[in-house]
Amino acid sequence: MEKQGLLGGQLDVVFDEIYCGEKTYEMAERRLLSAAVDVMLKKGNLKASDVDCYVGSDLINQLGTAHYFMKHMEQSFFGVYAACSASTVSSALCGILIEGGFAQKACAFASSHNATAERQFRYPNEYGIQKPDTTTFTVTGAGAICFSNQKSKIRLASATIGKVIDFGFKNVNDMGSAMAPAAFDTIMTHFKNTDTSFDDYDLVITGDLSKVGHSVLFDLFRSKGIETDAKLSDCGLLVYNLNEQPVFSGGSGCACSMIATIASIFPKMIKGEFKRVLVAATGALLSPVMVQQKDSIPCISHCVVYERTDL
Amino acid sequence: MDINQIEHAIKQHAPSKAKGVNLVMAFVWGGGIGLAGQLILEGYMSLFNLSFQQAAACTSMTFIAFASLLTGLGAYDWLAQHAGAGLFIPITGFSNALTSCALEAKSEGLIYGIGSNMFKLAGSVLTYGIVTAYVLGIIRMVIGL
Repeated sequence: MEKQGLLGGQLDVVFDEIYCGEKTYEMAERRLLSAAVDVMLKKGNLKASDVDCYVGSDLINQLGTAHYFMKHMEQSFFGVYAACSASTVSSALCGILIEGGFAQKACAFASSHNATAERQFRYPNEYGIQKPDTTTFTVTGAGAICFSNQKSKIRLASATIGKVIDFGFKNVNDMGSAMAPAAFDTIMTHFKNTDTSFDDYDLVITGDLSKVGHSVLFDLFRSKGIETDAKLSDCGLLVYNLNEQPVFSGGSGCACSMIATIASIFPKMIKGEFKRVLVAATGALLSPVMVQQKDSIPCISHCVVYERTDL
Repeated sequence: MDINQIEHAIKQHAPSKAKGVNLVMAFVWGGGIGLAGQLILEGYMSLFNLSFQQAAACTSMTFIAFASLLTGLGAYDWLAQHAGAGLFIPITGFSNALTSCALEAKSEGLIYGIGSNMFKLAGSVLTYGIVTAYVLGIIRMVIGL
């Protein structure tokens, strides 16, 4: 699915089937993650031990993918759970580690698999239930970014760690709408803290609000009189071809913002199309148990700013 | 942030539910299954010389097996997205609920996987089906006295 999507050509490794040659979906997700980290190390000409600390996240209970993967790496590791906002929170943590002098190189990774997420948060994969159009489709993929204290073309300039926002929204089939206010809050806080606005960025991209949530966020900005100048976008709209693929409202999951950042935003930054990009990955921090107890969906959004160092 | 504002924005962007299309699809699929069931029933009765009750049980089993097979082949969820209640309400939905749970739990083994998870979704149908049958049975018995 991801291969046939809009990012198809830019992905480093693709598998032709959902099991990725493994026995279970969980092992398939681990395979994706190890492929992503391998590519990252290879591109940076690094050994696994060159990276001082790894920060990773996924959607499985107990961060199953990240932890079972890291047992082979024998390196320091922070497992963080932040639902689908994983990509930016782990990147921000890497930034903090390096800025504080605690590490020279740190790696942020995130993975998600449609089948493992479906079974954990929704229904069995083959269960025949009619899904509403507001549903999002979990991206099957993984990505890894290496940060270092040496100068390179792109740098992580700033980050804002989000607050948990819950306005009592309960529809688990419309995560986009649930997360939009969290994205709004974090982006506005970031603008305020750094004294910037949409004018200062070439692109402000949210994680996985998808079609519905993206429109809601757009309206929230407009209701405050803020013009987005066509600079507001969403990673959930970048991964798949929404008109041709059966993905409902668009992509979601930890991998969504991660692979969109690596396969779409970074290449454009290296080409010089973008100089400064704000990525605000969004996460719905719901627990299936709490939702069944009629509780609402708390959401969070963390944002990081990537900028070209030389332009 | 104003909650009303958020709720207003969400309401505005909620995709219009294709209720009409869903109704028609459910009618066509549900009706189609009913028609096919009737034909199979008549077929079993005349071909294998079964009584009505025997043939009816065999018809249900045919649908259960067929829905199960389609679930295993990965085609059922795709069909169900289009057919909606047309496939969900007949016994095909029940069969799919069992098979999909069993398939999903296969990786955890026979006992803790398939055995304990198979009725995860269909369990409530059974529980409340049996409870309702029990209660109605008592009511009928009392009225019949």
